[in-house]
Amino acid sequence: MCGIIGLMLKSDELRPSLGKLVLPMFDSMAERGPDSAGLAVFTAPVEPPLRRFSLFSNSHDYDWSALAQSMKTDLECQPTVSVHDNQAELTAAVEGGPLKRWLAKRGNGVRVLAAGRSIELFKDVGRPDQVARRYHFDQLQGTHCVGHTRMATESQVSPAHAHPFTAGEDFCLVHNGSLSNPYSVRRLLEEENLEFETDNDSEAACRFLQWRMTQGDTIEQALASAFEKIDGFYTFLIGTARQIVLVRDAFACKPAVVAETDQYVAISSEFRSLAHLPGVAEANIFEPLPEQIYVWQVAA
Amino acid sequence: MKTVQLDLSKLSVRQLNDYLHHRLASESVREIEILNPNGMHNIAVGLDYPVEVHIRGNAGYFVAGMNQQAAVTVYGNVGWSVAENIMSGVVRVRGNASECAAASGHDGMVVIEGDCSSRCGISMKGCDIVVGGSIGHMSGFMAQAGNLVVCGDAGAHLGDSLYEAQIYVGGKIHSLGADAQEEPMTEADHAKVAALLKRAEVDISSKNFKRVASGRTLYHWNAEAHQEY
Repeated sequence: MCGIIGLMLKSDELRPSLGKLVLPMFDSMAERGPDSAGLAVFTAPVEPPLRRFSLFSNSHDYDWSALAQSMKTDLECQPTVSVHDNQAELTAAVEGGPLKRWLAKRGNGVRVLAAGRSIELFKDVGRPDQVARRYHFDQLQGTHCVGHTRMATESQVSPAHAHPFTAGEDFCLVHNGSLSNPYSVRRLLEEENLEFETDNDSEAACRFLQWRMTQGDTIEQALASAFEKIDGFYTFLIGTARQIVLVRDAFACKPAVVAETDQYVAISSEFRSLAHLPGVAEANIFEPLPEQIYVWQVAA
Repeated sequence: MKTVQLDLSKLSVRQLNDYLHHRLASESVREIEILNPNGMHNIAVGLDYPVEVHIRGNAGYFVAGMNQQAAVTVYGNVGWSVAENIMSGVVRVRGNASECAAASGHDGMVVIEGDCSSRCGISMKGCDIVVGGSIGHMSGFMAQAGNLVVCGDAGAHLGDSLYEAQIYVGGKIHSLGADAQEEPMTEADHAKVAALLKRAEVDISSKNFKRVASGRTLYHWNAEAHQEY
């Protein structure tokens, strides 16, 4: 069992309140996933050549300004850093590949959780309500977000195994369920020289979908391909810079409920985490059908 | 004889159910109103007393599970497994129901006025289910006894591995499950459907119900059948 949540705000006036609206959704899904938690939030993109990186350290007193200083010299960029406990949001004119290689060489255990122009990601082990407060989810602003509370069933409980998983840029996935052929999916992707950070089944799904999109698929085509290649139980919720995408497996064994109004679309494993949303009594509330792809787009 | 209001913004579900299990007879309660359910799970499970319960709003999983004697009405939508294992009484949902409505219900009646999601009436064992709208995939899976009446459409694999329950569908059937077959409606079937709709207080003008029942070909192992795994 795990909890998934997603929220996309359709109007500018609600967007400063994204975090305030999503925090109770998150808290009420804690029972479904008490061991780890994470949230990816998408905001207005930074201008090229800048990129955003969400960085994670095991240390709660990591010297992020020293890291930024070294980056200036070694990677010839002007990073800005905002620190959130053991994580930092770093903006710099640098590409993901060189940054990851540089971090690995430095050998101080700092990892990239997410890269892109819009995405900011927080995740860690621990009770979801504590994770949410440590990273001040209530203060987050943006157009949409995708979150997860984890009850591990197939691989270890570690910060890296917490959801959302990311691949490429501005792409993340959360998963409720369990896959039965993640290793054959991994082998397929390893032949394409893709690298994995964990042995988690959901990471395999995340990387598979993002790999399909690098091959030219739309998200719909990538998911149609996943219906063929990925076996198991799943509700997947995917976040990209402009979209949230929801899909359930052919049996629809894992729950999901959607509430949509003129103001927002909200997704959760259970209705109780949507009950507080404004206007939910008048919302169009429905359960996604098996193997039907639901895509919501940020209004231009 | 009195009416009691219980507010779930002030009480926990555990406190509520404790009251419903232990205080109704001693306080001669005939009617209960439950406020602010907000999708919480396990509301009014295990009732065993002739009381009317009105739940004002959306309820979560297992609402009115294992019901006996009580008449429970939910004025909203419900989550998974409403009226699971119902033994007697009536459970009515004014809105829509999620998966596994009335799963393994033994007796009594479950009325969903809106739509039901997948696996409605899974493994039902004698209860009557009336759905005003449509039902999702794999409904009536391994249903053993009782009646499932659906005024709207039925999703894929209806009545898969059905035993002796009967399914009546007023709308379209997306597909039948293994060993489920459509059979001609007899006078007795028409009379039964009309009586169930009347008891459920569901008003529908359609006279074109289809009957789905077991082909009974799975009752015995057929060693000569061509099997591919």
